[in-house]
Amino acid sequence: MQLITAIIKPHMLDEVKDALRSVGVQGITVTEVKGFGRQGGHTETYRGAEYKIDFVPKVKLEVVVDDAAADGVVSTIAETARTERIGDGKIWTTPVGQVVRIRTGESGPDAI
Amino acid sequence: MRRKLLLGAGLGGLALVALAGPAHAQEATDIPLDDTQMILDNIFLLIAAVLVIFMQAGFAMLEAGLTSAKNVGSILMKNMVDFCLGALMFGLIGYHIAYSGENLFGFSWLWGGYDAAPTTDYSIMLPVDFLFQVAFAATAATIVSGALAGRAKFSGYLIYTALITAFIYPIVVNWQWGGGWLAEMGFQDFAGSTIVHSVGGWAALMGAIIIGPRIGKYSAEGKPRAIPGHNIVIAMLGVFILFVGWFGFNPGSQLAADIEVPRIAVNTAMAAAGGGVAALFTSWIVFRRPDVSMVGNGILAGLVSITAGAYLMDGWTSTIAGLIGGIIVVFSVVGLERLKVDDPVGAVSVHGVCGAWGTLAVGLFANANAPFLDEGIDGLFFGGGLDLFVDQLVGVVAVFAFVVVTTGILFSAIKAIGMLRVDPEHEIEGLDVTEFGVPGYGPDALATITRPTAS
Repeated sequence: MQLITAIIKPHMLDEVKDALRSVGVQGITVTEVKGFGRQGGHTETYRGAEYKIDFVPKVKLEVVVDDAAADGVVSTIAETARTERIGDGKIWTTPVGQVVRIRTGESGPDAI
Repeated sequence: MRRKLLLGAGLGGLALVALAGPAHAQEATDIPLDDTQMILDNIFLLIAAVLVIFMQAGFAMLEAGLTSAKNVGSILMKNMVDFCLGALMFGLIGYHIAYSGENLFGFSWLWGGYDAAPTTDYSIMLPVDFLFQVAFAATAATIVSGALAGRAKFSGYLIYTALITAFIYPIVVNWQWGGGWLAEMGFQDFAGSTIVHSVGGWAALMGAIIIGPRIGKYSAEGKPRAIPGHNIVIAMLGVFILFVGWFGFNPGSQLAADIEVPRIAVNTAMAAAGGGVAALFTSWIVFRRPDVSMVGNGILAGLVSITAGAYLMDGWTSTIAGLIGGIIVVFSVVGLERLKVDDPVGAVSVHGVCGAWGTLAVGLFANANAPFLDEGIDGLFFGGGLDLFVDQLVGVVAVFAFVVVTTGILFSAIKAIGMLRVDPEHEIEGLDVTEFGVPGYGPDALATITRPTAS
């Protein structure tokens, strides 16, 4: 099993969510986050004083899938979240040790 | 309205007096009016003017609450310039077009008019009247900002707000309260369902059509999607501030502290209540859930619906006018959304559509036989036949046509010079940071002030 974590542009979330549903993903977790990558931040002016916004708003999306499905899900996210402008985000995968569905006690791939 | 006609004549006279010099001014001050009544009238209208100015806070809060958190600073900025720039333009040009027909440009009335005293049959002093009228002009202008929320470029908005307060709104006012052709025809609009609210509402309609929907408002298949307001608390505070402000708008339009004022105030309150209740149950039935922001829109719809008839209608017909307004507003909001007109706050439905309804309602419900009216005209349901209703319809259609054409040209011109809408990337990131350099809520802990440029 793999935990797929993606940092994407906030306004792409709807499209990515719909695309993941259509490839059979059953659930995702999202968090509003801030950060910077190559896009960096930008300088603004407040009452004549300059200030720097280093961290720009992004959405972090997490989904656990079976090993066999991982590559497909990663490429689905990459294709739907791509605007080809700087700041589109990143995707990475992490091996997952155990998954338990709390309501039924199922574990492993059955719990995904 | 009847009194506003007198006002038009009075102001025209005053403008001439101001031009002609002190000899004539002396004539104007020589007036057999009861001093106490005159002072009461003027102080009452001054307080009413302040209440109408306070409505700007209501519009600001309503529009801020019903739009995205990333655009609050932008919408508040537009509300501020609606009053500030609007007052300057209306004072410089609009007021003269609306009322005097003389001195079309310049503040000449200001130095000629501060000590201007009432004319024989009209007790309101010029500065008091000006303040009241300027508050109305700002109301007409500010209606549009909500309909364009989230995508209108600030520079283009400045052009719009300057021109509506300088020309478009004043020309419509002149047709009615300035004694123009609508007034001569017999059109009745006590406090401005059509003259003020529909003008703003139809301008908002043209703006929303020409600027197009917000990014993400419609799915690829064209289905409307909800973009919920970010703060329902602020939005509903705005509704109640507007409600309170309306007690300046309608009772103030009597332009006198007389025995009709309490009745006008009660009509206003009952129409608001009717609008709220009707929108509550309409939304409950149509959406299967009572909708908080729609009840807020319903209260305002009720208020707009009684603005034309607050003087000429009974308490119970006022309530009915408000109830029907509250039903209309729900269907209007849903209908406009299906037509791909993206109006984030319902400005077109509340002010344009319900403004038209309120004006037509006078043609149905005006009651000259009521004990409070010793003169006037009957509506269709009170034995007056269709005459008044037809006059009302002509007025509604004429103002619609005039505003749609003028603001259609105006917004198209602003679009042609590229000042109507922000870039898509800026719209997505939010107008607060991209147009004004600072988020509405913040700058937060993750942003750092680095290098002050001013000491």
